[in-house]
Amino acid sequence: MTRVLDIKDLSTHIRLSKSTVQAVGNVDLYIDEGETLGLVGESGCGKSITGLSIMGLLPPGGSIVGGSILLEGRDLVGLPEEEMRKIRGNDVAMIFQDSSSSLNPTKNIGDQVMEPVMLHRGASKKEAYDRAIEVLELVGIPQAKERMEDYPHQLSGGLRQRVMIAIALTCDPKVLIADEPTTALDVTIQAQILRLLDDLKSKFGMSILLVTHDMGVVAGRADRVNVMYAGRMVEATTTERLFDEMRHPYTQALLASIPKMDQDNSRALFSIPGLPPDLTHPPQGCRFRARCAYAQDDCAESEPKLVGDSLHVAACFHPVVGGPLREDQMLTLKHAASYHGVGSSDEEPLLKVVDLKKEFPVTSGAILRRKVGSVHAVSGVSLEVRRGEIFGLVGESGCGKSTLGRVIVGLERPDSGQVLLDGQDVYAKRGKELVKLRKNLQMMFQDPYGSLDPRMRVASILREPLAIHKIGTRKEQEQRSIELMGEVGLPKTALERFAHEFSGGQRQRIGLARALTLNPKVIVADEPVSALDVSIRSQVLNLMKRLQGVHDMAYLVISHDLAVVKYLADRIGVMYLGKIVEVASGEDLYANPAHPYTDGLIKTIPLPDPRGERSKKDVGIKGELPSPIHPPSGCRFRTRCPRAQELCAQEEPVMRDFGVGHTAACHFPLIEPVQLLASKGSTQSS
Amino acid sequence: MIDNHERADEPYEPPEELGGALEGANLASPVYDAGDLGALTSGWKLALKSFAENRLAIAGFAIILFFILFCYVGPHVYHTNQISGNVLNSDLPPGAGHPLGTDNNGYDELGRLMIGGQAALEIGFFAAAIATVIGSLYGAISGLIGGFLDGLLMRIVDVILAIPYLLIVLIIATRWRGTVLSLSLILGLFAWLVPARLIRGEVLTLRVRDFVSAARVMGGSRRRLIFKHLLPNALSVVIVNITFQVADAIIVVALLGFLGFGLEYPHVDWGDMLANANTALGNGYWWLVYPVGISLILVVMACNFIGNALRDAVDVRLRRR
Repeated sequence: MTRVLDIKDLSTHIRLSKSTVQAVGNVDLYIDEGETLGLVGESGCGKSITGLSIMGLLPPGGSIVGGSILLEGRDLVGLPEEEMRKIRGNDVAMIFQDSSSSLNPTKNIGDQVMEPVMLHRGASKKEAYDRAIEVLELVGIPQAKERMEDYPHQLSGGLRQRVMIAIALTCDPKVLIADEPTTALDVTIQAQILRLLDDLKSKFGMSILLVTHDMGVVAGRADRVNVMYAGRMVEATTTERLFDEMRHPYTQALLASIPKMDQDNSRALFSIPGLPPDLTHPPQGCRFRARCAYAQDDCAESEPKLVGDSLHVAACFHPVVGGPLREDQMLTLKHAASYHGVGSSDEEPLLKVVDLKKEFPVTSGAILRRKVGSVHAVSGVSLEVRRGEIFGLVGESGCGKSTLGRVIVGLERPDSGQVLLDGQDVYAKRGKELVKLRKNLQMMFQDPYGSLDPRMRVASILREPLAIHKIGTRKEQEQRSIELMGEVGLPKTALERFAHEFSGGQRQRIGLARALTLNPKVIVADEPVSALDVSIRSQVLNLMKRLQGVHDMAYLVISHDLAVVKYLADRIGVMYLGKIVEVASGEDLYANPAHPYTDGLIKTIPLPDPRGERSKKDVGIKGELPSPIHPPSGCRFRTRCPRAQELCAQEEPVMRDFGVGHTAACHFPLIEPVQLLASKGSTQSS
Repeated sequence: MIDNHERADEPYEPPEELGGALEGANLASPVYDAGDLGALTSGWKLALKSFAENRLAIAGFAIILFFILFCYVGPHVYHTNQISGNVLNSDLPPGAGHPLGTDNNGYDELGRLMIGGQAALEIGFFAAAIATVIGSLYGAISGLIGGFLDGLLMRIVDVILAIPYLLIVLIIATRWRGTVLSLSLILGLFAWLVPARLIRGEVLTLRVRDFVSAARVMGGSRRRLIFKHLLPNALSVVIVNITFQVADAIIVVALLGFLGFGLEYPHVDWGDMLANANTALGNGYWWLVYPVGISLILVVMACNFIGNALRDAVDVRLRRR
């Protein structure tokens, strides 16, 4: 095999106004022909900057300060811009994370796909046009010829990402750099895009550099994996070896902190303490030392070099032996068990949502806003959350799960239906009584940056709920704030600070502390960890779970990530296009899904396990979420369902029982419903 | 692992100084610490630092300070008769007794520059204050209430913006006596449109931010949302806007003066002093044009420098790490 890309001792720095970020330090990396190399690490570890260094597209202030990047033997470092331009998009192409901002909104996609062919190959307009249609078909865009005239905003996120790939492919690049190509997409679309990249690679013999933070994504797609931490390459080997016999403690810890589908959720998740170091002043010695469980004195003295054979190198003085952490090795604490089990459904549920509907009008016109249709965000959802229970709500983006959460906490008024807290209808109350009732319903938000007022100190942020409800004197309120900071693991001194002085994970802790201030009965957490890095995510998940047990609250956790929900929740509801299609306990849902959508979702989740991921045959769910303005008739999932029949279009399925606490709405479920079994049983016995 | 089994029976104690090395403890328990905190910096301190680092801003600040001293302290040091002119002394070139010469009515040009500067600065700041107060309130109400009223209020702004504004100002200026107050009012009443749009836009984006939602979930009243969350966060935009408004008002009042609709004689503004610039230059009386013109340019430029720097400084303060 020929070595297509060979990076040696690459260092890239980014100059800021007063300091220099040593984003990439002495990194070695190579890709062979037709190979997929996974480059993994947390945000800020330098993996994207490595990719951009190859492309010569560094951000302002960024420059390569050392090393070489050999593309088929030719050094790209120090090449004049003019030469670089010939290589970019021609020999090396790149796919970015956000397809909505990396396509030009004022040009149709046809022109954008044609552009590189005309630029690099000197093709005529006609040739470029034909080539554009060819690649658009190649990346699976239906009716490519008609779509040539479309503008990016007319396409869905998944299709836009396909167009991005088409643009990258037009000139048959030797190396394709995919920087988080699926991070902004739903799991169902992610699986489709990853499958596409795989197919294209084997068809054209390209080499792919797959930059991602998601261990599940590399497990199934990469031949080899390089792990980066704090600007350094810490481990490089084949995918199987990395997952089975990793040597660097960071790799081991990173893998252990990802919640798996079969995780024991009564135990705390493994997590890496602290935060990655600040790369403007990288620490002496091993950069992972401060967070490493194996660290000894010599780790501080000098920095370990990459050592090993050609198959497997790692930079560690005290490498891991014995492969991944087993659960019994983690010695993780058991959570305080507060939940009474699935069966105890006799008592009155704490939170009850009855046939909730919420539609948003679609209007046109500037002053006289004519209503031309409506988005059916939530169409008749009923659910129950019991005392001390964590209820998880999963679904793709746009399925209405966030709207449901906002309606429950009172940020949006429902069009019809009820929200009952302790038997009292929230929307029947007014004024003081409503405010009092709301005390028991708090919310935790997704965006750790947007949810804290940038003008307030943490002390004021935490005091605000008490001030609103006029609870306690100022002194008592301050006391409560200090108490809360302790609960979420932040020092007292943090109270004096503003939100912008904290990292994402720390802000999320403050958000949780604020939600806890009033001792609510229910906290609605909307994507509480999806903006956080893997190692920070497990810290916050553990914290949420522990506090839930200590305070005997109930959570309604909303997320697109089934693994996160599975770990947190006792019971899970699966939502599709404004409706709940299946509700079951976590174990039950994972082991015996009744609804084809649930089954598809479970299958599409990328597992951090190379063998399991490679043995997957189908991509799970086909196509994309239909528009909620015109939802399909009958069963809303029928357009993407492999089991759909005529009945599904005519009649909407009703919720049926599939066991204790397990209901699903499907005409042709994967398992037999209970009543049917019972009636069968009775006919047989008689 | 390694030494964890020994530690397992010890209860986990969060270290006093969180963020230090936690050898081994991480495997044994769910992690309570949240990592290092950045250095403690107050937001305003950060903003001030960024402002102070901007050399243009410091220069702008110095220029404004100089002109304030020049216009208000200057006349007490450098006494001239600006009440009655002396035609015998008209159009003297700079020289002894008259460092900047005299104008065609025989007034001392340097003294006049000071008096005229007072009017320019006063009108600039008053007009900016009026425009900002009206504009902010209008914009905030429009953005907050939204819906039909928002549409209506904004269409009114559109209509007023479509009227050639200088024309109206000229008409009103001919009807009223040109005093500092009346000119400020006229300019202010026409300059609020831009801040109104600006603040509305800001309020619209702030209104849907999660921290506002969070306050609503807590049960915060509308009053609280406005005064505790929306206004403080929109304040930076307002402050930045004021500096640009000052610059604009000084320019427009100079323009009015140049056209002959400025302050009533014997009061004088820099614009009035430039009214005869055309003939003065034709006659070679350069001292009647350049000192005033350069002063005007310097003050307006300084305002813009400060505005730019303030905008950057506020950005730094709110920047995401």
